[in-house]
Amino acid sequence: MRIKAILLFLFAVFFLSLVSSGDQGKPKLASVSIKPAVKESAPSQTPPSSLPDVKAKNKIDEFVLAKLKELGIPPARLCSDHEFIRRVYLDVIGTLPTAQEARTFILDKGPNKHSTLIEHLLERQEFADYWAMKWSDLLRVKAEFPINLWPNAVQAYHRWIRTSIKKNLPYDRFVRELLVSSGSNFRVPQVNFYRAIQSKEPEAIAQAVALTFMGVRAENWEKDRLSDMAAFFSQIVYKSTGEWKEEIVCFDPNKAGALSTESVALSTIFPDGTRARLSHGQDPREVFADWLIAPKNPWFTRNIVNRIWSWLLGRGIIHEPDDIRPDNPPSNPELLAFLEKELIGAHYDLKHLYRLILNSNTYRLSSVPRTNKPAGQANFSYYPLRQLEAEVLIDALNQITGTTEKYSSAIPEPFTFIPAEQRSIALADGSITSSFLEMFGRSSRDTGLESERNNSPTSAQRLHLLNSSHIQRKIEQGRKLRNLMQAKGNMRQLATRFYLTILSRFPTNEEVKIVEAYSKSNRGNKRIVAVDLAWALINSAEFLYRH
Amino acid sequence: MENNTDARLLNPNKAGQIQPKGRTTISRREALQRGLFGAAGLLMADRLAPQTHAAAPKAKAKSVIQIWMWGGPSHIDTFDPKPDAGNAYCGQLNKPIKANVDGVMISELLPLLAKQADKYSIIRSMTHGVRAHETASYMVQTGRKSGDGQVYPSVGAVVSLFKGYDAGYKGLIPPYIVLTTPQGRFSEAGFLDSRYKPFATGGDPRRTPFVVEGVVARGITEKRQKDRREFLHKLNTLGQTIKGNPQLAELQKCEKQAYDLILGDAGKVFDVSGEKKELREQYGLTTFGQSCLVARRLVERGVPYITINSKGWDTHKQHFQAMRRKLPELDKGLSTLLQDLSDRGLLDSTIVWLSGEFGRTPKVLWEAPWNGGRGHWGKVFSAVVAGGGFKGGHVVGASDAKAETVKDRPVYPVDLIGSMYELLGIDTEGKLPHPQGLNVRVTPATSDDVKAGGRLKEIM
Repeated sequence: MRIKAILLFLFAVFFLSLVSSGDQGKPKLASVSIKPAVKESAPSQTPPSSLPDVKAKNKIDEFVLAKLKELGIPPARLCSDHEFIRRVYLDVIGTLPTAQEARTFILDKGPNKHSTLIEHLLERQEFADYWAMKWSDLLRVKAEFPINLWPNAVQAYHRWIRTSIKKNLPYDRFVRELLVSSGSNFRVPQVNFYRAIQSKEPEAIAQAVALTFMGVRAENWEKDRLSDMAAFFSQIVYKSTGEWKEEIVCFDPNKAGALSTESVALSTIFPDGTRARLSHGQDPREVFADWLIAPKNPWFTRNIVNRIWSWLLGRGIIHEPDDIRPDNPPSNPELLAFLEKELIGAHYDLKHLYRLILNSNTYRLSSVPRTNKPAGQANFSYYPLRQLEAEVLIDALNQITGTTEKYSSAIPEPFTFIPAEQRSIALADGSITSSFLEMFGRSSRDTGLESERNNSPTSAQRLHLLNSSHIQRKIEQGRKLRNLMQAKGNMRQLATRFYLTILSRFPTNEEVKIVEAYSKSNRGNKRIVAVDLAWALINSAEFLYRH
Repeated sequence: MENNTDARLLNPNKAGQIQPKGRTTISRREALQRGLFGAAGLLMADRLAPQTHAAAPKAKAKSVIQIWMWGGPSHIDTFDPKPDAGNAYCGQLNKPIKANVDGVMISELLPLLAKQADKYSIIRSMTHGVRAHETASYMVQTGRKSGDGQVYPSVGAVVSLFKGYDAGYKGLIPPYIVLTTPQGRFSEAGFLDSRYKPFATGGDPRRTPFVVEGVVARGITEKRQKDRREFLHKLNTLGQTIKGNPQLAELQKCEKQAYDLILGDAGKVFDVSGEKKELREQYGLTTFGQSCLVARRLVERGVPYITINSKGWDTHKQHFQAMRRKLPELDKGLSTLLQDLSDRGLLDSTIVWLSGEFGRTPKVLWEAPWNGGRGHWGKVFSAVVAGGGFKGGHVVGASDAKAETVKDRPVYPVDLIGSMYELLGIDTEGKLPHPQGLNVRVTPATSDDVKAGGRLKEIM
């Protein structure tokens, strides 16, 4: 009871502050995408055409702007603060900012607020959750068919991935551990890399390694090149133990294969054409890993910087990011080379790369292009619209409405007990799912291809968001949304609360008028207006897309 | 109701948009319509669309109703009884009854189906040898063995590819419907584009109204639907700012299709309240029975593939209790469905297919902890087919005296699936569009790796 009272009190304080600041704080809408709110949000917005051109803030911008100038493509304007906070939250931690977070940032007048926010987000728990989710797609973290890691191993593997991200394990070490570890899949979780492949044949392993860490589709290589690479993985053995679904993965020098001690010549060829010499009893995986993670390796660094760029900016400098080949050149080679150099210089500290990209003006470009030239997109002249991933979307809906979801697995798993508050970005297992996640294109984690995640809209998704009982229930019965509906105040205040919570910004005057008119036509039925307003904002492109 | 020529419900990734799986969508049909059949058009259509060989068989069947008995139903207690095998095998269910076809006996718990045996054929020699749910489901629904690095599409997705929008289907109701919950990975599109995925209705057809997720909303009047749509459009600030964005255009198109279904009449197909009370009762006032009724209504509207996902067949424990509860439901629903389709002249063009992923241990597990249960059994199990060109009144193959192995005429999943494709007019040697451009046949060619016993010619 007492807790409830305190919560109520805090709630009241929060809204009082909100309402009062709404009057005097006069939120500034320096947006290019929102029409100026004439009376309330002075100083009113400058028309886009008179805004100064985007200037280079760091090296990234120099490369991007130089290329755009060469192509005669004007970059988009810088995005507004409310666009920035929403974008950076979604991109870096896969989570919506709360109304309070959005409000604080928008009203903050500090000169370094963007970089401060970036630093803050890189340290949030959700950073590890979200990027563990991405990596689990690529590393195929899934208990059941067709990967068959099984539940216990999935949990161990996911925990290791998440912990590595949380500790910011340097990327070269992350990869090396995945490639050279030996032991039980429960106790040495890294070995699950070799189990999370549909086939355990050396060539299938080589393809998975090439795809994941070189960004290359080795099935398109000529046969010899692939079988030479496969030789490095030909001495791996899998042994079961007395424990259910425990498996030891290790190197067996005596396994008959391309490199068994029996063979006379212990050598094979690296994918770059150089010859690898091995000594008897040496684990060929180590020899391969050392070749792979060397800074001069032509694929290793390129693959990861290109992927991170693509994750943050919606498109690779080489595109698709997991299809690196000579006839698929980067759109901006200098930019790519620069990012590679930076990551090597930072000893593979991935957060250095995140920081570099997120603090650039290129990342801060608005999503409104100033030209429709097709080359604009490939050269990052604006921030592209992207539909939220399934997990991020359902988490956002839960956050807004104060509701939870149920997840289940097709097989009875010992780990399917999932606490009600579980965020779906933090789900370990691709087999633990919900029909919502499936409908909105969650990765099937079958092959590790980036394209397994499908973020394009479908009519089924539209039907679900517009009219399903699932979403209807969340809006009408969600505890948090209900509190927002019931809080005192006029239509403007209601709209402000909803806009901050759902779209991370203040409404414009225009929008407030539309809400007021809707209220009038519904004879002031506040509940209907509130439900329909939440419904409309959730169904708006602004909510569904990163922008 | 199907006058909307662009009614591509649940069909993402339309022409022009780069798709995640690396294809632009232009169907062979569209290519034809646009007169793109110059050399370039031909090349494009061949690369992007399913190939239709000149060899494609003539279609007898237009629709499929798949009754998927998730968990693996006991074959010995349903369509392959062995009363002479004794108590160790039969338990309490040892008095099978004669069907209306000479020499055919089925379970005593299926008396209504016994009177309909001239309408369907029983395959008693289904086999794949797999005992794990996931891999067995995958095999039975794709005809493929798992583990070669590809995830193949299920029968429903393949039918939706060859009989759905790409083949001229124009209904607002999606071409591949699952009543009521998805089967999981194995009912799905595999490497095919996600637009071939099934639409799961959710809800429960036993209740009125049958709340089909997204289509039928409770407590929202049509006026309010329209008001709030207008409200949404007025508040669509971002959409108004960014003009000509292909993604937003796509979103809008999907929304229009959704509203056609929400506000139009097409959704009424799910409303069984107008059906005669007696008929509804004949189907059984159960989720399964009413799903059978809805399936018939969908077939009438031309929907090519409908799965009824019937759960609860994984009877490790309490097996006989479950049979006594579930088999009468199955009996009512399926027998009425066959009769109803037949009465309406639809059975000749509708395949009804009943199967689980495997059978169950013919020997009862009397010991603890099962205490009279049955485990998984992939060596031999039964399936039932009817209509759409399949003859009724036959038994294909046989199991041994204890229903433990195939005695005669093994039928592998690929044989059954290939036979259905043949009846549907789908060329089994044709190609499936593959995102990485691999050369993949509709059904695999027989090889050492792919066992097959041959199409079901004896009943086609």
